[in-house]
Amino acid sequence: MSDTALDHTLVRDGKPIFHLTTEHHPESGTLVGFWIYLMSDCLIFAMLFATYAVLGQSYAGGPNPKELFDLPLVAVNTAMLLFSSITYGFAMLQMDKGKKNAVIGWLALTGLFGLAFLGIELYEFSHLIHEGAGPSRSAFLSAFFTLVGTHGLHVTTGIIWMATLMVQVSRHGLIPENRRRLMCLSMFWHFLDVIWIGVFSVVYLMGVL
Amino acid sequence: MLSNVDLMTFLFGKLTWEVIPLHEPILVVTFAVVALGGAAMVGALTYFRVWGYLWNEWFTSIDHKKIGIMYIAFALVMLLRGFADALMMRLQQAIAFNGSEGYLPPHHYDQIFTAHGVIMIFFVAMPFVTGLMNFVVPLQIGARDVSFPFLNNFSFWMTVAGGVVVMLSLFIGEFAKTGWLAYPPLSGIAYSPDVGVDYYIWGLQIAGIGTLLSGINLIATILKMRAPGMSMMKMPIFTWTAFCTNVLIVAAFPVLTAVLAMLALDRYADMHFFTSEAGGNPMMYVNLIWIWGHPEVYILILPAFGVFSEVVATFSAKRLFGYTSMVYATVVITILSYIVWLHHFFTMGSGASVNAFFGITTMIISIPTGAKIFNWLFTMYHGRIRYEVPMLWTIGFMVTFVIGGMTGVLLAVPPADFVLHNSLFLVAHFHNVIIGGVVFGVFAGITFWFPKAFGFQLDPFWGKMSFWFWLVGFYFAFMPLYVLGLMGVTRRMNQFDDNSLQIWFVLAAFGAFLILIGILSFLIQIVVSIRNREALRDITGDPWNGRTLEWSTSSPPPAYNFAFTPVVHDHDSWWFMKKHGYVRPEEGFIPIHMPKNTSTGVILGGLSIVFGFAIVWHIWWMVIGALIAMLGVTIAHTFNYKRDFYIPAADVARVESERTALLSAEI
Amino acid sequence: MRTPLDIIAKSGILAALPVLLSSCNLVVMAPSGDIAVQQRDLIVISTILMLLIVVPVIFLILFFAWRYRQSNTDAKYEPEWSHSTRLEVIIWAAPLTIIVALGAITWISTHLLDPYRPLSRISATEKLAENAKPLTVEVVALDWKWLFFYPELGIATVNQLAAPVNVPINFKLTASSVMNSFYVPALAGQIYAMPGMETKLHAVINHPGEYEGFSANYSGAGFSNMRFSFRGMEQGDFDAWVQTVKAGGENLSREAYLDLAKPSEREPARLYASADPELYNAILNMCADKSTMCMSDMAMIDAGLICRAPPGTLSPVAALAPRQMPAAARQSEPRAPGLSL
Repeated sequence: MSDTALDHTLVRDGKPIFHLTTEHHPESGTLVGFWIYLMSDCLIFAMLFATYAVLGQSYAGGPNPKELFDLPLVAVNTAMLLFSSITYGFAMLQMDKGKKNAVIGWLALTGLFGLAFLGIELYEFSHLIHEGAGPSRSAFLSAFFTLVGTHGLHVTTGIIWMATLMVQVSRHGLIPENRRRLMCLSMFWHFLDVIWIGVFSVVYLMGVL
Repeated sequence: MLSNVDLMTFLFGKLTWEVIPLHEPILVVTFAVVALGGAAMVGALTYFRVWGYLWNEWFTSIDHKKIGIMYIAFALVMLLRGFADALMMRLQQAIAFNGSEGYLPPHHYDQIFTAHGVIMIFFVAMPFVTGLMNFVVPLQIGARDVSFPFLNNFSFWMTVAGGVVVMLSLFIGEFAKTGWLAYPPLSGIAYSPDVGVDYYIWGLQIAGIGTLLSGINLIATILKMRAPGMSMMKMPIFTWTAFCTNVLIVAAFPVLTAVLAMLALDRYADMHFFTSEAGGNPMMYVNLIWIWGHPEVYILILPAFGVFSEVVATFSAKRLFGYTSMVYATVVITILSYIVWLHHFFTMGSGASVNAFFGITTMIISIPTGAKIFNWLFTMYHGRIRYEVPMLWTIGFMVTFVIGGMTGVLLAVPPADFVLHNSLFLVAHFHNVIIGGVVFGVFAGITFWFPKAFGFQLDPFWGKMSFWFWLVGFYFAFMPLYVLGLMGVTRRMNQFDDNSLQIWFVLAAFGAFLILIGILSFLIQIVVSIRNREALRDITGDPWNGRTLEWSTSSPPPAYNFAFTPVVHDHDSWWFMKKHGYVRPEEGFIPIHMPKNTSTGVILGGLSIVFGFAIVWHIWWMVIGALIAMLGVTIAHTFNYKRDFYIPAADVARVESERTALLSAEI
Repeated sequence: MRTPLDIIAKSGILAALPVLLSSCNLVVMAPSGDIAVQQRDLIVISTILMLLIVVPVIFLILFFAWRYRQSNTDAKYEPEWSHSTRLEVIIWAAPLTIIVALGAITWISTHLLDPYRPLSRISATEKLAENAKPLTVEVVALDWKWLFFYPELGIATVNQLAAPVNVPINFKLTASSVMNSFYVPALAGQIYAMPGMETKLHAVINHPGEYEGFSANYSGAGFSNMRFSFRGMEQGDFDAWVQTVKAGGENLSREAYLDLAKPSEREPARLYASADPELYNAILNMCADKSTMCMSDMAMIDAGLICRAPPGTLSPVAALAPRQMPAAARQSEPRAPGLSL
């Protein structure tokens, strides 16, 4: 395979073109890069899920999920997060239309739902700890608090990011840089929603049923 | 009112004056040497007024070439520390016979073997290969930089920060005494109540962030920034191995992050992931850490394989044999590396079918690996081989790695492993493949690309000295360990009862001494090369008659790498260009879009060190402060939208015409 | 039962090896227990199989490196030749063939030499009698010594293990604190000993003698001196040894055990004429200390099979882990100053 056939688009006057003559803008890697980061984050959650699967029945003679989990409360929590994903979706629709203030408004609403989610979760955690079912009680509780808590930490980070973006959009408008950032946060936020569906199903529903 | 004791604990956490090891003479001397050496260096830098230059041109640089060089410089410094640990261990094991306890108390020795492993893997081998990939890949694919130049700078400083945290343990407190993977329950708070394991955890977590982001960066770069015409199957083979390596990084390091976080929660928050009571399961840790650990060793070796592919083809003056099957072999190795992890603990009592499955998958990896060796062999076949120093390292690698691979396949047979696990046979095996593979590959790569990076070659005489002392030293140091393993000797022992073993340990210590000469030769080589740089000057940019795009640039390349983005027709693109009448453009230059330098990475790295130190010593106010500061700096950084600039066409023209003049003077 | 390994072994290839290697005391290559012998044979056969490829490859590397050097202009030079389907087939097929063979050997031998599998023979020449009664030994890895229970004989020992020759030994192993690995190279492969878990090993010693045993997994400050002696004895000698142990009179009660379990190094051998019959089980369930809930009880509570005790009665977590010591006393002292192993 000595001389490969030359791609005809890369030839001029029978001689190969060796370089471009105009400015070359390689495709932006931001969305691909962020997606890859999200997959690495997914792997962290996968390990936490795996750990929960292995340790999730080790109650150390202590409280078990049936006794602890308040499903109605968790349902409210889940609704908060799902609504927040919907409102973020509306924010993206308004971004496509170039409506800066609407974007900020929908982001604010998303953030409020997110805060509601966190508030309920913190209430749940403090209640469990108060009942003697803190993370140091058993391996099951260690795994539970860590898996759910890591998700909550991600939501917190997302809200901080959201607030930052709201300020940045307000200042600079929907410039391409901010649009990219909004798309990344969008991926992040919906990803957290998907993880929560996993948590809700594997931890809460399967724990109680 | 807070009592004095409470205030001190609040302010200083677990720090007390006792944690400074004034009673350990070896550490006191080490500290004196480091302090004096450090002061001398700082003094010299100040005297020659290079701080501004270092800050502006190097520390805040987002140029992948500079970052790559800094990674390698950092790795070299850490190599000296990691090798000092090795020398100390070899010396202790050579003399701790006849009732003697040697010169290192167990308390100290146990930290040394732990630190040796941690430093060599995380702060020597990883930065070496990351540095090579960083420097070479954008040049090989015809790009100006990586996809995320700022993130690249940040990744470097996080790696350095992790290394600094680990180095701090030498002088304040102590390091882990658990072995480099820190198995619980030994590494749990009950059996390692001191700060050693905490230094381990946080040093690795901080460095791990850098590595993970670097992995994401290079994958995006290779996917998105290849020059027009460079399809995946036309990429240079080193770029292919870099791609697979970074896929492994992204798919493995999150596991390390998760498992170390859980160990930290066990230690700090009294949780029960890996304790042996309250439902914890230490075997879960072993599984998770090796799910990371096995891909990690392939992260180390794949770039080395890539280096050897480039070197063999270049110095045989011949196309790499079997490019397609090399690519497939690399991909197969990447995938298979995920389904072998249990071979690290066959002896933990899994059932026979489980053990046999993992043993067989481990053996299967030797097939694509063997294919690579054959492909290098048949690249040499009917070639015209020039024995420049990189080619010497390559021949040394091929022979040595084959032996190491063989002992690896042997260990992959579970019943054989039952008698060899954790013995010195195992230690010999992994040093065989890591030194013969990774270290030789890194030295080959450094020698190969040094002229590209600095504009002059490395002195060949001292390069050959380094090679021969490393090669012979390796065999003296590790072949006795195979024998000792077959004599039933286990690893991590700090004294021995059986005097008949001593001769083998003395041979091994002699080998370590030879390797020391090899390392010193390498350092001398750098000094001599700098002093003789005019005689060793690389004027054409292509000192080895290279085959890939990086050799089309000047040595060193300009900041923008290529005045015009190359168009690619075939792999070995530069060879193709040379054969098809490529003429360097000398006019028509256009402004070039480049990213600006930034200090955010350095600052975040520094804050990470503060965070790491504070959390090790339970200084909670400092932990929170550092975290808030890092958040603040990060957010502030995102408010800076003006991160790039254009190099004016006139500047490009000037740089290029300087090169034209140099090339025509050469003729 | 003739395994493929037996056939090759009997062909005499391996007969020469012990002679060559015994000068070096390569115990792994010249062991005295049947399991270790089979593992040795496996090492030799696997190595030979791999050398079939490795030796020619190393030869070719050095040969090509010499023959195709630049100064040798006699050698053919084909700079563009980089592909040959025939060669690729051989390159992939040859290692594949070796690995298929090795893989088959691996599957079979891993099952035959599974430490959990009861022995099916005493040695290559001696079958297992149908009424053969194995000796049970319960092993506990402590910090930093080894405790052995003989439940059928009612005795226990520290750092001294004995067994009759040609009698299958069934080991059950656990640890008190951290992971260790029970290893007597002359006898059989190693197996981890882990707290709160039980592993098993089946082995037999074929020749009388005194052999080294130790931990093959780093377990802390006293690891390097965590050695014990393993004695293979003829049946009569073994019975006499048991009588010696019983004559000693010391009893391994729970209290004595809790004292023994405290960290110490270079323990001299100790012999216990009697031992609390429930002690091993309690150690395995992490409740030798009676104030801690046994893991077996915990598991039953978790499964809903028994009710929880009222709060405050039993703590599921040991109050103070056995090895937790104040910083100043981190180095442990020998338990009985003046006595040596």
